[in-house]
Amino acid sequence: MDLFEYQGKLLYKEFDIKHPNSKLVKNLIEIQESVELSYPIVVKAQVQVGGRGKAGGIKIANNHEELIKYSDEIMGMDIKGHIVEILLLEEASKILEEYYISFTLDRSEKKYLIMLSSKGGMDIEKVAEDNPDDLIKHHIGASEELTEDIIHEIIGKAKLNQEYTKSITDIIQNLFLMFVKGDCDLVEVNPLAITDAGVMALDSKVALDMNAKYKHSYFEDFEKEIPIPESEKNAKEKGLNFIKLDGSVGIIGNGAGLVMSTLDVVAENGGNAANFLDIGGGAKAETVSAALEVLEADKNVKSVLINIFGGITRCDLVAEGIVEATKGKDLVWPIVIRLDGTNSSEGLEILKNNPNEKIFIEESMDSAARLAVERGA
Amino acid sequence: MSILIDENSRVVVQGLTGREGQFHALRNKAYGTNVVAGTRPGKGGENVEGIPIFDTIKDAVSETKADVALTFVPPSFAKEAVLEAAFGGCKLIVCITEGIPAKDEAEMYDILKKETDSLLLGPNCPGLISPGKANVGIMPHEITLPGNIGVVSRSGTLTYQAVHELTKLNIGQSTCIGIGGDPVPGMSFIDVIEKFEKDDDTNGIVMIGEIGGTAEEEAAEYIKKNISKPVVSYIAGVTAPPGKKMGHAGAIVSGNKGTAKVKIQELTSAGATVVKTPTEIGEAMKEAISG
Repeated sequence: MDLFEYQGKLLYKEFDIKHPNSKLVKNLIEIQESVELSYPIVVKAQVQVGGRGKAGGIKIANNHEELIKYSDEIMGMDIKGHIVEILLLEEASKILEEYYISFTLDRSEKKYLIMLSSKGGMDIEKVAEDNPDDLIKHHIGASEELTEDIIHEIIGKAKLNQEYTKSITDIIQNLFLMFVKGDCDLVEVNPLAITDAGVMALDSKVALDMNAKYKHSYFEDFEKEIPIPESEKNAKEKGLNFIKLDGSVGIIGNGAGLVMSTLDVVAENGGNAANFLDIGGGAKAETVSAALEVLEADKNVKSVLINIFGGITRCDLVAEGIVEATKGKDLVWPIVIRLDGTNSSEGLEILKNNPNEKIFIEESMDSAARLAVERGA
Repeated sequence: MSILIDENSRVVVQGLTGREGQFHALRNKAYGTNVVAGTRPGKGGENVEGIPIFDTIKDAVSETKADVALTFVPPSFAKEAVLEAAFGGCKLIVCITEGIPAKDEAEMYDILKKETDSLLLGPNCPGLISPGKANVGIMPHEITLPGNIGVVSRSGTLTYQAVHELTKLNIGQSTCIGIGGDPVPGMSFIDVIEKFEKDDDTNGIVMIGEIGGTAEEEAAEYIKKNISKPVVSYIAGVTAPPGKKMGHAGAIVSGNKGTAKVKIQELTSAGATVVKTPTEIGEAMKEAISG
């Protein structure tokens, strides 16, 4: 889960990572009188999309009048489809040097990867492409420690200002601790800056590993503050993995791989999927009826394809769910069903015993996709 | 022959007393797998339908000579369980558990690699089956057929789909393996196809990949250099919307890799037959092994 900048900075606080003094604003009334920060103050739109600076979502205010003016301009702004509802006000510091640092998991090496560069504050992907030597990469095994010696070595390789080695080392150690102990998928700081007030993390790009939710109570608090589309919210509450797409064939399947593959087979047959919906392993009847309900909310859906290959999931339970959700109903769209694997003959039997003129059963994934595309045309 | 497991494998189930663990362990046993023990701290001395329970893996291994661990424990205990199995003497650990934090997985992998010679399959995988010999995990054995094709996949349900397509055409399998789709899987495509290449009873390999990560690209490079047996491959996610990248760092690490297009290109140029839909896997393999 990607965090807002201000959420990442709340974590900085937790892990003793120096960052600018700030105030979070959700309603402009809060700053009408004054703010307890010293000028100049940077007004930053809190949106989960890149390029907010260019879009006018970051401004520097030198006095209260400017602060009100800029805050008013930025609040409510539409940045690439994201409406600004939260502002982060930060004391601006005088920047002497800007670096880049990030911590991620390198899946092919199966190790943590630290990337460090003296060319921060700019497009780091471009630096990596044009001057790869300016981006220092260091892998570290997950059971190993990030020692001071290693940090000194990479600071040296990245040619950072040696005068600040001690403070940079401290901040790197704490960022690494936040990455590991805080169960982050990503911690990216651009810029990590040397300022007149010391070495500071000026920005934050943090993603949390939601599998670790049970370890940290604040994961849930952060989650509540992150807006998700209404349709996805509904599906999420029901424990379904749902992503809305642009087409008209509603898809329900079990297992991410099979659902992705179903999308592809629908496309092969000339159709377009309206969504990605994975009911997961071991789905029960309720799960299946919940999935059908989620699709009902999407007006673009013209036909539905249910593609199940039972392993841990039992086809008879899936069939029961379909019957429960559709029995006696005048369905808005045709449903094409393909069931294979664990208890598929029992499942097909249940469907045959509860016929519905808009429900069609197909034997293979291909023929089911073809029919769903045809029926939805 | 088969790879990794056969009729001589002796399986200890971690979390045998749980609902999932019990259901699948008994299914595996009914299939003919030697499920010799289970573990559950505090329940040593009890049994589940005749399968003895031990407090620790160490006890289970010394009493029953178990050599394969099958893990169903909840995510918060999974790292400890896998390490216990490895240090307790299990040479292969099959971890079914879904939802383990990435940091735990990475740490577990690192320790296993440095301090043991145990192999880990998974986590978040369906396990593996050598048809007619042993089933260790949650795969529906009904769709398999003993034979000579090795199947390896990142996705559970797509593994079943692929196996089903082969069986429909009477093409049997030596071993079918789901490596799981988590960020830090124990065994990779390469680890598995290397074993298939060396296995005298495997004549062809089916490899099922999906978008994201670079495991398929790495496998393609390996296939080009080291694999003489025919490979049929399918990549899911050609039409999936591009996934979110992990900041700029993620973009730098993955470069232009990770898309279905690149994976298909690299596998094709490595000599694999890449099919467009999973239903074509059977026919493609039939052709590949007859030619």
